[in-house]
Amino acid sequence: MPYLGGEETVRELRRALSNPNVQSDPLRYRNTILKVIRTMSQGVDVSGLFSEMVKACATVDVVQKKLVYVFLCSYATLNPELSLLVINTLRKDCQDPNPMVRSLALRNMTNLRLPSLVEYVEQPLTAGLRDRAACVRRVAVLGWAKLHNLHPSSEIDAAVVNELYSLLRDPDPVVMVNCLRALEEILKEEGGIAINKPITHHLLNRLKECDIWGQSEVLRVLQRYRPQSEDELFDILSLLDSFLVSPHPPVMAATLSLFLSISSNLPVISLAALERVSGPLLAACGSGSREMRFAAVCHIQLLLRSVPGLLGPHYKRFFCGYAEPAYIKERKMQVLVELVNDENVAMILDELKGYCTDVNTDTAQAAISAIGRIGRSYSDRCLQILTGLLGLKQDHITSAVVQTMRDLVWVCPQCSDTVCLALDGCEETLQDIQGRQALLWLLGVYGERISTAPYTLEVLIDRVRSEASLGIKMELLTATMRLFLCRPAETQDMLGRLLHYCIEEETDMCVRDQALLYYRLLHCGIEKTREVLQGRRSDPSLGVLIGRPAKPVSQWARCFNTLEPLSQGAVEAESDSRGSPEHVTYNSKPNADLSDTLSCSHIEEVHSGSDSAMRCSDSSTNVLASSIAAPLSLSLSPAVSPEDFEHLWLQRQALHTERGNEMEGYIEN
Amino acid sequence: MISQVFILSSKGDHLIYKDFRGGAGNDIVSIFYEKVTALTGDQPPVVMNHKDIYFVHIRQGGLYWVATTTAGSSPFTITEFLNRLAALVKDYCGSLSEKSVQMNFALIYELLDEIVDYGYIQTTSSDVLKNFIQTEAVTSRPFSLFDLSNVGLFGAETQQSKVAPSSAATRPIQSSREQGGKSEIFVDVIERMTVVIGSNGLLMKADVEGEIRVKCYMPSCSEMRIGLNEEFSIGKSQLRGYGAAVRVDECSFHQAVRLDEFDSHRILRLCPSQGEQTVMQYQLSDDLPSALPFRLFPTIERDNGGRLLMYMKLRCDLPPKSAAINVCATIPVPKGSVSLSQELSSPDQSAELKPQSRAVVWKIARFAGGTQLSALFKLEVPSLSSASMLEVGPVGLSFELPKITATGLQIRFLRLSPIQPGPSQRWVRYVTHSDSYTIRI
Repeated sequence: MPYLGGEETVRELRRALSNPNVQSDPLRYRNTILKVIRTMSQGVDVSGLFSEMVKACATVDVVQKKLVYVFLCSYATLNPELSLLVINTLRKDCQDPNPMVRSLALRNMTNLRLPSLVEYVEQPLTAGLRDRAACVRRVAVLGWAKLHNLHPSSEIDAAVVNELYSLLRDPDPVVMVNCLRALEEILKEEGGIAINKPITHHLLNRLKECDIWGQSEVLRVLQRYRPQSEDELFDILSLLDSFLVSPHPPVMAATLSLFLSISSNLPVISLAALERVSGPLLAACGSGSREMRFAAVCHIQLLLRSVPGLLGPHYKRFFCGYAEPAYIKERKMQVLVELVNDENVAMILDELKGYCTDVNTDTAQAAISAIGRIGRSYSDRCLQILTGLLGLKQDHITSAVVQTMRDLVWVCPQCSDTVCLALDGCEETLQDIQGRQALLWLLGVYGERISTAPYTLEVLIDRVRSEASLGIKMELLTATMRLFLCRPAETQDMLGRLLHYCIEEETDMCVRDQALLYYRLLHCGIEKTREVLQGRRSDPSLGVLIGRPAKPVSQWARCFNTLEPLSQGAVEAESDSRGSPEHVTYNSKPNADLSDTLSCSHIEEVHSGSDSAMRCSDSSTNVLASSIAAPLSLSLSPAVSPEDFEHLWLQRQALHTERGNEMEGYIEN
Repeated sequence: MISQVFILSSKGDHLIYKDFRGGAGNDIVSIFYEKVTALTGDQPPVVMNHKDIYFVHIRQGGLYWVATTTAGSSPFTITEFLNRLAALVKDYCGSLSEKSVQMNFALIYELLDEIVDYGYIQTTSSDVLKNFIQTEAVTSRPFSLFDLSNVGLFGAETQQSKVAPSSAATRPIQSSREQGGKSEIFVDVIERMTVVIGSNGLLMKADVEGEIRVKCYMPSCSEMRIGLNEEFSIGKSQLRGYGAAVRVDECSFHQAVRLDEFDSHRILRLCPSQGEQTVMQYQLSDDLPSALPFRLFPTIERDNGGRLLMYMKLRCDLPPKSAAINVCATIPVPKGSVSLSQELSSPDQSAELKPQSRAVVWKIARFAGGTQLSALFKLEVPSLSSASMLEVGPVGLSFELPKITATGLQIRFLRLSPIQPGPSQRWVRYVTHSDSYTIRI
């Protein structure tokens, strides 16, 4: 591998290229050039051979020509002067009787990307637009787009633009599609090619002639068209119907995008299209290419937002294959959770249960949290599975189960009895921070029902000196405080030790402040402490459990058939398995609601739910500092970005001065 | 729109790099490779981004095929394009590997040049491309007729006694015209099974995805007619004939296929272009016409010494004359399993414990239909508890069933018209793979 001896190689190649013996033997000459290109694609800088390669360009051997062009296009920008030498050969080739040579010359002339050569290129390009051979016209049309992008400021001749418009009627479908692409680029500033009724109908009528790439391109451009009447709209839709169920995913997706954009104010049509497209999308989910599968599953997730019951009968298609990569499995599980209904819940849970012991810990944890989400509607069955999993005594499974249980209890308080019974003995298996935090939260909130809670805490308190995690220490403080409120006799002693350690010996300021805060809070009396610490135990926003409301199609139509659904999404579903539930359930509130929420609850917060420690101390300090008599709960407020927060804060300060009296009223609420 | 295309080896060596739009930094390839290797898991996500450059990649033949693009591009188009590119490279170079790509880089640059111009896909049809591609493919292994090592794969329906060598279909398409034209045509019926069998032995799910692939080495092929079973039917309502119907749920065809004789006689007509193409795709859910190929009867217990005993009986329900090959059962075992002792019912099986994937892998090279194999695995698990039994299973089975289609689809005949001058050979092959065959315990 010539990674190191780059210079040596270049010198050797130059010697070979300029050797007259090599030059006279076509085969040896070609092989030497091959070596140059090979060296180039290995990442060695061979730009020094430019002038030798320019000479090699003048040949009748098409293969050699192609090779030299690959080289020239890569290095032309470094050698603008020498590139002028190539132009003559290229212009001569443009007159060649062989259309292949003509198109090759034209393409590479425009690929040199040298602004200084534009004047030499324009004439052959104009001639190329009228060439007899379609392959030359294809290249010439895109050549104008390349030329325009070299000089984005300069205007392209209006005559050329007109010619490109007229070439939309070219008999060759690729020329037609290339014209669309070129015009889109050249007229970018005016918003792209003008899509009027005649052009639209012309394109639609010729759609069948194009290959799948051309079809998807045309369909994408047509998204800008707005039909003038309802009749026209339905004509277009029925014309496109066969493309909607195309076996080629790119065409199917582009057609659905077009459907959604032109029928955006006819929700019935959009929904019908979604139903129709579900067949081909499902077929893509079973495609041999795993990347295609992934794309299809991600887009199905979008569809399900609007039509939750759409694929209910096909839930088995989303069972994971055991050899599938973890990222597809995770998405499939997210889909399965959406598809659960009374008939299939047993089958789906059975399937998910199988994934919980997967070798891949990510898959196992995703399966467990999927079961937890199903548990919001079918809590008994799910809790049974989750409790069973605890018996495995494996750290990553136990941790995921405890976190899932915490999240489940937060939305379904009726599960708490089963959860409390199951927690016994978990602390021995738990290793990671998130799992232990979840356990501590549960012990604090439901301590009165878990008989061993004080002993579990005591062990942790004894070891607090060697504890490295800040989050655990904070959670431990809060849990011990909460437990003290309901079982004072058993907890008093260990709480004293913990507070003493945290205030006197702890070096971390957050923990120390928190401990001091609790200490002073205790001085205020038991009632006060209870008010602060025993807040809600469940998500107040959830009343009766209903399915997820169907969202309008317009909410996601714009990102359909883009890369967006593939790159995000995992984040969204993951958010509620991290940190304590109080801190995360609110973070998807739209901004419009913020000011309402803020003026109702007294406490504002800055950080998002990542660091529970920080926010606890912040908010509690607020409580104490503002000695308002009204009952307060801890930290039930939305996550706000710093800018939003500042904005709202300033707004509220202004309000505060105006309606200081009214505030009292709000807080009572 | 595609800005760059590059192909990397699994170790990150640059094999092919083509910049269509210009303006990308030189380090773009290394940025991609850093991102790919930084991710954990068995395969990183398909889409990654660096500022506003988006990488879409697929993995085929142990290589990374990467396209960079903008956020608004269609993932379906880009993925399909990369798949198609890999298929074309395979057609032109014969096989897909780091070595073949390295040896044929000039050919691949030429292909890329014709396929994509300025980031826009121009054509991927091999009929069009063959007029433009001039470079000849270099193959590492000379094509030899005597390479008959893997005979079992092929069912020679049209050529009764002859069997094609396994490498016959892995040669470059272009070489045919220079090497004096061995004009051959291969028609493959390939099915992939996805099956879940419940712990009570009931079938929970069975899907078959199938396709008919034509690989054509004829320099100029005229019309070809492929006759399917007469009683082939699509959908639930449409049943034909009185015999056992061959039914599929959904079926789609390549756009070049003419279906005028399909409704009456189940004949597909097409003019195949050189190289490989999928002529028909079909899919069947839940309702398989034949018995499942494999059944597993497991017994799992703990003995007094704290060992886990797994007694596995695996039955192959294929017709007696056929056989499954490369059967491999993956049995997940409890964490912390230390060692395995085994008793296998015949010498051509093997089993080993793979601690990193926490599974016992039981391999059977050839498994004749109508027979039954058994194995006794004794596992030493120091921390065995009753709950550990939950960790055993589900068993994943992978296998190949040569000469068998799960749907029963057959090719009655394969005719080329007009009759080709000179020796032309037609091969029909059937194979069913396991996509995912899961048996719960």
